[in-house]
Amino acid sequence: MPADSRRDVERTPGRFRRRVHWSDVFGFGSTVVAMLVSLGALFAILGYLVAHGIGAIDWNFLIKEPAAVGEPGGGIAPSLVGTAVLVTISSIIGIPLGVGVGIYLAELAGNSHLARVTRLAINTFVGMPSIIAGIFVYFVLVKPTGTFSAVAGGVALGVIMVPIMARTTEDVLRLVPDTIREAGLALGAPRWRVTLGLVLPAARAGVVTGGVLAVARVAGETAPLILTALGNEYFPSGLFHPIDEITLRILKYARGPYDVWHQQAYGAALLLVVGVALGSSLLRLTTRGYDMRNQ
Amino acid sequence: MSIATAPRRLLQSQPMTDTAVNVSPRPAAPREDAPRAETADAPPVLATRDLSLWYGSQQVLDRVSLAVARHQVTAVIGPSGCGKSSFLRTLNRMNDMVSTLRIEGAVLYEGVDLYDRRVDPVAVRRRIGMLFQKPNPFPKSIYDNLAFALRVNGRRGPLHDDVERALRAAALWDEVKDKLHASALELSGGQQQRLCLARALVNEPETLLMDEPCSALDPIATSKIEELIYHLKQQYTVVMVTHNMQQAARVSDTTAFLWMGRLVEIGRTQDLFTNPREKLTEDYVTGRFG
Ligand SMILES: Nc1ncnc2c1ncn2[C@@H]1O[C@H](COP(=O)(O)OP(=O)(O)OP(=O)(O)O)[C@@H](O)[C@H]1O
Ligand SMILES: [Mg+2]
Repeated sequence: MPADSRRDVERTPGRFRRRVHWSDVFGFGSTVVAMLVSLGALFAILGYLVAHGIGAIDWNFLIKEPAAVGEPGGGIAPSLVGTAVLVTISSIIGIPLGVGVGIYLAELAGNSHLARVTRLAINTFVGMPSIIAGIFVYFVLVKPTGTFSAVAGGVALGVIMVPIMARTTEDVLRLVPDTIREAGLALGAPRWRVTLGLVLPAARAGVVTGGVLAVARVAGETAPLILTALGNEYFPSGLFHPIDEITLRILKYARGPYDVWHQQAYGAALLLVVGVALGSSLLRLTTRGYDMRNQ
Repeated sequence: MSIATAPRRLLQSQPMTDTAVNVSPRPAAPREDAPRAETADAPPVLATRDLSLWYGSQQVLDRVSLAVARHQVTAVIGPSGCGKSSFLRTLNRMNDMVSTLRIEGAVLYEGVDLYDRRVDPVAVRRRIGMLFQKPNPFPKSIYDNLAFALRVNGRRGPLHDDVERALRAAALWDEVKDKLHASALELSGGQQQRLCLARALVNEPETLLMDEPCSALDPIATSKIEELIYHLKQQYTVVMVTHNMQQAARVSDTTAFLWMGRLVEIGRTQDLFTNPREKLTEDYVTGRFG
């Protein structure tokens, strides 16, 4: 802009003068406070875990079985293996079932009677205490087979995953615009082809995020496992035998009378937090890259 | 028309060899004041007979009977909300997804009633393709947009030649040949619409329905698409909805004027614009009402 065109610019802004919008200050100010408080609490917990637990973590902690009761040393390897086994079994059961139900609700059922009943059931189950899944599996699997087992634990966790997976899948599939479905159908694609080949890939990032959240949720479950997987001081002898899990180990050590146990409980908790955080951010990074290439 | 004489390929999804079929319209009581098409120089490939359509209790089409000639461009014009899109979407059963839909009358394609219970809508849509108002590429690469269409139609093996052929037919090849694996969403609006055209052409349907294909495009992209449509009729039959009367005049052979769900007039495009038979048509094409 040439300098002389500013000649007749009035220097005082008059009725446009900047003023403080107090509603903004209070409104946004309170959200900042909420953020600071929550973040502070999170970091306090993390700091506490690190302070008390870092001393327990070394190589042996990761690869050894627990030492004799109250003795120093030993590790929580059976709990780590057990957690991996349980998460795997529950994912194999819970993710396909949940995604299937979500696809049914979003793509097939519309607003039918059955769909409304299913949605109601899912919302109820999502909010239900997880111990209920434990009791259920205890009576249908543990009692009839006469043994606590990895499979029973995995099934209990899988039962918890299904409604979470179903709801996130339905939600993210509904976000896919209908124009994509129409475009597919207009090419002469059967509806199933449209769902699997177009709608699900378009919602891939959301489904993966839902899966990560579901896995993270069950990786931290204790109550249903007390009734199903039981816990084990040693590596499991098979899928139909009791198996340990990291939160069971934390529970046992935290309630025990020995200082080494307390320290190892903090160490195990620290591992769990770091593991979940690392796992979920890694998975999200991989899907993000995938989306950028394909969308 | 008995379904027993219908071409079997419309009754199943598998591609079959061509079967010649004569159009034998079934006896139907036509509307008294139904306008007669004067474009009988080519046999109609697609015809509606007293087609009425409701969404719930709202009637959107009222006994529309018109014929679409093979290898011609038929334009459908009319004011907003008169039922043009609804009409077009009944022609390849894209309206099936609307649960409140009710249809009376018949849509005959080469003599087959497309709404017969034994007709597979998937097979119908493979022969009667569609181009939408807004470009709707899949969130995939340019190549995969076409590959999906080919695979859906049972194609296996290398697809590159077909992809190139379709992109050339849609006059897009030169602009995208070096970035076939880039996302289709990175293309401009006009390029996206030509990609959608390529995708609709890649399986060589017989008929192409277009719902205001240029309404989201600038004049240059529009003239490109218009030019394409003009050439497409050598191989395809085209039915095109448009708001733009110059466009209808430029590219179509026959024009149908819909008004409040009724077919007011259908005739050679030139006649309809220069010498309409109905007062209503004249008022509309001269812009006396919108
Ligand atoms: N899926 C639907 N459900 C209910 N009503 C619908 C549906 N689609 C269209 N309608 C109604 O049918 C009437 C005709 O709509 P249609 O889209 O066919 O008009 P149009 O001639 O294509 O208009 P435009 O030129 O604005 O695109 C409108 O009143 C519209 O509200
Ligand atoms: Mg329309």
